[in-house]
Amino acid sequence: MIKRILSRSYLGVLLIMLYAPILIIIIFSFTESKVLGNWTGFSFKLYTSIFKSGVHHSLSNALWNTLIIGLISAFASMILGTMAAIGIYNLRPRARKTVQLLNTIPILNPDIITAISLFLLFISLGFSQGYTTVILAHITFCTPYVVLSVLPRLRRMNENLYEAALDLGATPFYALRKIMLPELKPGMISGFILAFTLSIDDFVVTLFTIGNQGLETLSTYIYADARKGGLTPELRPLSAIIFITVLVLLLFINQRSVKKKR
Amino acid sequence: MQRNLKSFIGLRRNWSIPYLLFLALFVLIPLGLIVYYAFTSHDGAFTLTNFRKFWMHPEAMNTFIFSIGIALITTVLCLILGYPAAYILSRMESQNAQILVLLFILPMWVNFLIRTLATVALFDFLSLPLGKGSLIFGMVYNFLPFMIYPIYNILQKTDSNLIEAAQDLGANPRQVFLKTILPLSAPGISSGIMMVFMPVISTFAIAELLTINNIKLFGTTLQENIYNGMWNYGAALSLVMLLLIGLTSLLNNEGTANDSAEGGLI
Amino acid sequence: MQKPEPIITIEHVSHSFGDKIVLDDINLVVRKGEFVTILGPSGCGKTTLLRLIAGFQKASEGKFTLGGTDVTETPPHHRPVNTVFQKYALFPHLNVYQNIAFGLNLKKLPSADIKRKVMHVLKMVTMTDYEERDVGSLSGGQQQRVAIARAIVNEPQVLLLDEPLAALDLKMRKDMQMEIRAMHKKLGITFVYVTHDQEEALTLSDTIVVMSEGKIQQIGTPTEIYNEPANAFVADFIGESNIMNGVMIKDSLVEFADHQFECVDKGFGQNEPVDVVLRPEDIYIFELSEAAQFTGTVTSCIFKGVHYEMMVITPEGYEFLIQDYHNFEVGRTVSLLVKPNDIHVMKKERLINTFEGVVIDKTQVRFLGHTFKLDEKISVANGSKVKVAVDFNKIILQDNEEDGMIRGDVRFILYKGDHYHLTVVTKDQEHIFVDTNDVWDDGDRIGITIPPESIQIINQ
Repeated sequence: MIKRILSRSYLGVLLIMLYAPILIIIIFSFTESKVLGNWTGFSFKLYTSIFKSGVHHSLSNALWNTLIIGLISAFASMILGTMAAIGIYNLRPRARKTVQLLNTIPILNPDIITAISLFLLFISLGFSQGYTTVILAHITFCTPYVVLSVLPRLRRMNENLYEAALDLGATPFYALRKIMLPELKPGMISGFILAFTLSIDDFVVTLFTIGNQGLETLSTYIYADARKGGLTPELRPLSAIIFITVLVLLLFINQRSVKKKR
Repeated sequence: MQRNLKSFIGLRRNWSIPYLLFLALFVLIPLGLIVYYAFTSHDGAFTLTNFRKFWMHPEAMNTFIFSIGIALITTVLCLILGYPAAYILSRMESQNAQILVLLFILPMWVNFLIRTLATVALFDFLSLPLGKGSLIFGMVYNFLPFMIYPIYNILQKTDSNLIEAAQDLGANPRQVFLKTILPLSAPGISSGIMMVFMPVISTFAIAELLTINNIKLFGTTLQENIYNGMWNYGAALSLVMLLLIGLTSLLNNEGTANDSAEGGLI
Repeated sequence: MQKPEPIITIEHVSHSFGDKIVLDDINLVVRKGEFVTILGPSGCGKTTLLRLIAGFQKASEGKFTLGGTDVTETPPHHRPVNTVFQKYALFPHLNVYQNIAFGLNLKKLPSADIKRKVMHVLKMVTMTDYEERDVGSLSGGQQQRVAIARAIVNEPQVLLLDEPLAALDLKMRKDMQMEIRAMHKKLGITFVYVTHDQEEALTLSDTIVVMSEGKIQQIGTPTEIYNEPANAFVADFIGESNIMNGVMIKDSLVEFADHQFECVDKGFGQNEPVDVVLRPEDIYIFELSEAAQFTGTVTSCIFKGVHYEMMVITPEGYEFLIQDYHNFEVGRTVSLLVKPNDIHVMKKERLINTFEGVVIDKTQVRFLGHTFKLDEKISVANGSKVKVAVDFNKIILQDNEEDGMIRGDVRFILYKGDHYHLTVVTKDQEHIFVDTNDVWDDGDRIGITIPPESIQIINQ
């Protein structure tokens, strides 16, 4: 019993440590002060001001860019990664091992190496940097995760399902659409979510591939902001909203999957 | 011709080809470019000057060694703090554990720059000085989940019969832990180490923000050089980092990260 | 009675995965309405053969016809056959009804017809009222019934069954065997059934095809296969048997276990080495008497429910497995007798190991992927090809893989009464046959050493 209490409180302390900074942000989103950490009285003003168009044009632009880049690269990664997983699963063992090893390179590569290597690539190819290069770069580091979330589904799938459909008269395309895809869907979705998360959270690779045409994502915006010596106050309510939304969404999904298991 | 195409697509192992081409273009060739730039001078001639410069340049060298030190400390702290947490989580009822694991991962959904700035605010709030202490706290804070998750993952998959078998064969709790649980979780530990050590050594921005530009890590040196147009030197530094990473992963039972990343974080 | 027309013909079919040959020149004719079982140990190629018939894989060589048309190049969805898979392969996101209706929907039948047909087969597999159920919620036996229903609802010309009962428990398996047999009678279509269970094969089939190592060993009715096994493999695989080395002294006289016996087999060469098969129930065991052909001492006796199973060792050192309704306690000396009819004499497939080799120099030859030293100098030009022969009992097997010159896996073990005859497969899929007194297990990974003095070079 004592052991139980001790271990629970240990987790509690760790969680408090992890959440303390986020709590600070949430608390200080309810005050108007320019500087984080300075309480100037309770106010909703920051919340209302992020929804007023025109006030923070560059911030809302950055937010949109982040979302669009995230969605496009997550979607492309999902398609590319799922196809790749199906291909890898059907390779001969030795080739499969090699490709799987290749697949882990982008995962093991630190951001900065990926960033610099892609920067050198785009420079060498003479690509003008912007939306396209950022999206290509994001697909590069997101796809391996999609492959890794789809492969276990394939492995868990009864290997005869596809053949059973052919055997019953389905064309290969029909069997793929009606039998394989429904089976792979959970893996594809979790791959998509993971890719989206990685994309919107990325800073280093984005910074190196975004070019200097004024394109900004949330990360580069915040970085520029911080270098100028402070956080745009509206980022506090924005972060709070994103965080709470994700929290609620995840707890909801988790609850549902627990129920489903029962 | 059309028939050929059809049978080519029909062979499902060929479906990996687009991705292989993609990997070649966006992973292998770029890495090759790093090597190429590292061994050439500005005008494209072969040279070792870039490496000599790094070797001779105390500032870059110091930053490099300092970064390794910070990364080691962060990794060890994450392991010390994270292992018990992962162990406790793995012994909990799976429903509760799932929610708690989620809570540990959740902070990662907040943009890491904002989190870092919030850490700065936290230190201000508690009137603590910004320096090495805040740097290490910030690093541990940022990377702890990456240590907990893979270890939890492998501990949770461990067959509890193995632990019971050890007890049955006369092991006391300490021995059970040292002789059974710890060796079984080794792959998780090793991928946890990889997932903490490598990003820490290469981060930039975090250190500057946490120490108000007082401490610079190797990642920042890389970024500055590339930004100032010193591509060849920057590439050489990148190659040094790649070698370090290759060395770490070799020491670390090569490629165990595969296991833990599989299935994703959600 | 006239034989029904052939429905499947398989001509000279070979198949390999990379370097590994899994099917080696298979020829088979299946007749309309027949229940054919392809029987063999795991890895013998039986499932591959079934998959080739279904069209999931394309044979490396050879020709298939189905109902008179060449289907060698036909993809699976255009073949008039349906398959019942070992692990059912029911579509998890569809319910029972949708699973069974899958093939009919693809044929674009009117939905009233589909419904009628699905209900009909559900009734046939006694699964009425289950149509709305999620397939994940069914027991193994029920899933198997749905899998069968899903296949037969399409009225295929041939139903292929890939070890359909392997995942079920013993009781369930027995019940399903009877149902499958009854279904075959009722439907009147051809069944091709793959199994590794010899009892299942003997119970169900009209014809059994025994396979091993990618080759057909014997084709025959269950009685033929049991009573007249074509070789030592079939004898050992089907039922229990005593297999001995013997010598055919002359027509109708064979020697084994150091005794001569009258038999009914003729046409072998004089003094030709043969394999002799005696079924355990065909050896008469009784109190010591004048009638004995030979004698032995009982070394173990186990009650098996109906009969007793005894091991008897002769004074010459040969062990026999004997089944009898009477028991003789351990240590008793007993009389033994075998009737000429019950002695099955089989031609030996080989008397010695032979390998393709290349001469390296006067004292070395390369075969089995290794260079072996020779005892005597040979006078053959370097690089020339030779045949290398090694006696079965001159090969040394070692526990430790690293200790041997080459490595291999023990694949097939035959007890010959006083020694074991092993088939060892090397990494390159070469077969080495070894006689040994040591006990090895199937699947053991071993080291193989061939001493210089036992290597014979046969010039080509």
